[in-house]
Amino acid sequence: MSRRVALEASHAVAEATRMADVDVISAYPITPQTHIPERLAEMVADGDLDAAYIPVESEHSAMSACLGAAAVGARTFTATAGQGLELMHEVVYVASAMRYPVIMAVANRALSAPLSVWGDHSDAMAVRDTGWIQVFCQNSQEAFDLTIWAFRVGEDPQVLLPVMVHLDGFTLSHVTEPVLLPEQSEVDRFLPRYHYRFALNPDQPMTHGAFGPPEIYAETKLAQAVVFDNCKKTILQGWQEFRDVFGRHYNPVEEYRTENAETLLLTIGSFTETAKIVVDARREKGEAVGLISLRLWRPFPFEEFRRAVRGAKTLIVFERAISFGLGGPVVAEVRSALYDEETRPKVASIIGGLGGRDMSEEDFEYVIDRGREVAEKGSDRVLETVGIRGESEALKR
Amino acid sequence: MTDKLTWKDMEVGNIVKEAGNACFRRTGDWRTERPILDKDKCIKCALCWLYCPDASIKPGEDGYYEADLYYCKGCAICARICPVEAISMTEEEER
Repeated sequence: MSRRVALEASHAVAEATRMADVDVISAYPITPQTHIPERLAEMVADGDLDAAYIPVESEHSAMSACLGAAAVGARTFTATAGQGLELMHEVVYVASAMRYPVIMAVANRALSAPLSVWGDHSDAMAVRDTGWIQVFCQNSQEAFDLTIWAFRVGEDPQVLLPVMVHLDGFTLSHVTEPVLLPEQSEVDRFLPRYHYRFALNPDQPMTHGAFGPPEIYAETKLAQAVVFDNCKKTILQGWQEFRDVFGRHYNPVEEYRTENAETLLLTIGSFTETAKIVVDARREKGEAVGLISLRLWRPFPFEEFRRAVRGAKTLIVFERAISFGLGGPVVAEVRSALYDEETRPKVASIIGGLGGRDMSEEDFEYVIDRGREVAEKGSDRVLETVGIRGESEALKR
Repeated sequence: MTDKLTWKDMEVGNIVKEAGNACFRRTGDWRTERPILDKDKCIKCALCWLYCPDASIKPGEDGYYEADLYYCKGCAICARICPVEAISMTEEEER
């Protein structure tokens, strides 16, 4: 029997990590992630969680400590945000290439400068290519569920890859919502004990982290790409098993009221729930508007995405990051995913919610209306945005 | 040997399962200079043995310490550390 309790999303992540019976946590506190390691540190100190909590002096060290823990076969967790993710950047690549299934929650935060502790997806977009499985959460329940699921998938012997669970800083990380907490026995049924075949052991000495000369580096990277390609099976299987045990079903691309939709809005993360309200309002007015949300970000869910947009005339990608000199990082991938399709929607790109700027229902209304215009007629602006003052005067040269 | 391996032969996370296999690697072929020991000067203090970063200096049956040229990279630390200047470096070309 699940219990329905009010939980902040950060605490839901911490509770999921506790119920996963994690062995080692190493993290450095940084806004807006702080409540996650703070709560876990409390649990360890109070004896509610039998784990080693390793305090460190930086995020670079946090991820490095996690690699060491993973090397001996410990179930390992960390969390970070924004600048912290940037500081650990080089070690983030090492986790995936060495096939250590570290689980990391990222309370998405804008990157400096100017210094901002508030939310957007700049940090997530900077780690797109690090070889981690990555998902975005829409609400506190998902933050709980996807954290549990991340251990199940990442530690699978066929996968052995680290998993990043993204949750929007403040607009999700600090929001208290009802969460269904399962019984420990249910979590145990879903998540087996982790057994790592290659754990460092003095009785069977081996080398982790040797260097790779040109004769084998490229083969190593192809092997990594193949594993990443194959992990999709386990990702889907993990969600199937999750439904069997907990009754909630997740999929790589969520479709909301997409039946016969002419206009589709695409969002990631906590934007999705506000978008649903606006899509409902448009549907009530008789407009054929629907929504898709990318839950799985890496590996990119090409198949599910293409299926979800099939038949739509317009696709409006509304995202929270800028790739300077390119536009929106998400829309670039979306366009690329559609290029080989015989029929495909016209795509509009709109950027908003940078550095914690609130996006209201009215803003989403604007996104739909302006997105349709841009998809039809194109744009003469450097960026199409919502809520950035003076934007209409920033014209392309 | 490695040029025959395909991506399928790569161990998970590039783990090297065989311990101590560095001894098979002939690092001596990196060398441009080799150490020459003058046994008349050597006092068998073993500092060269202690300082050698590749553990390629070993005591012989006569008690003198000499470099195993299969591994010695010619870094010259032994020559620098020797308190009686018994070790000199010679360019490999002069052999």
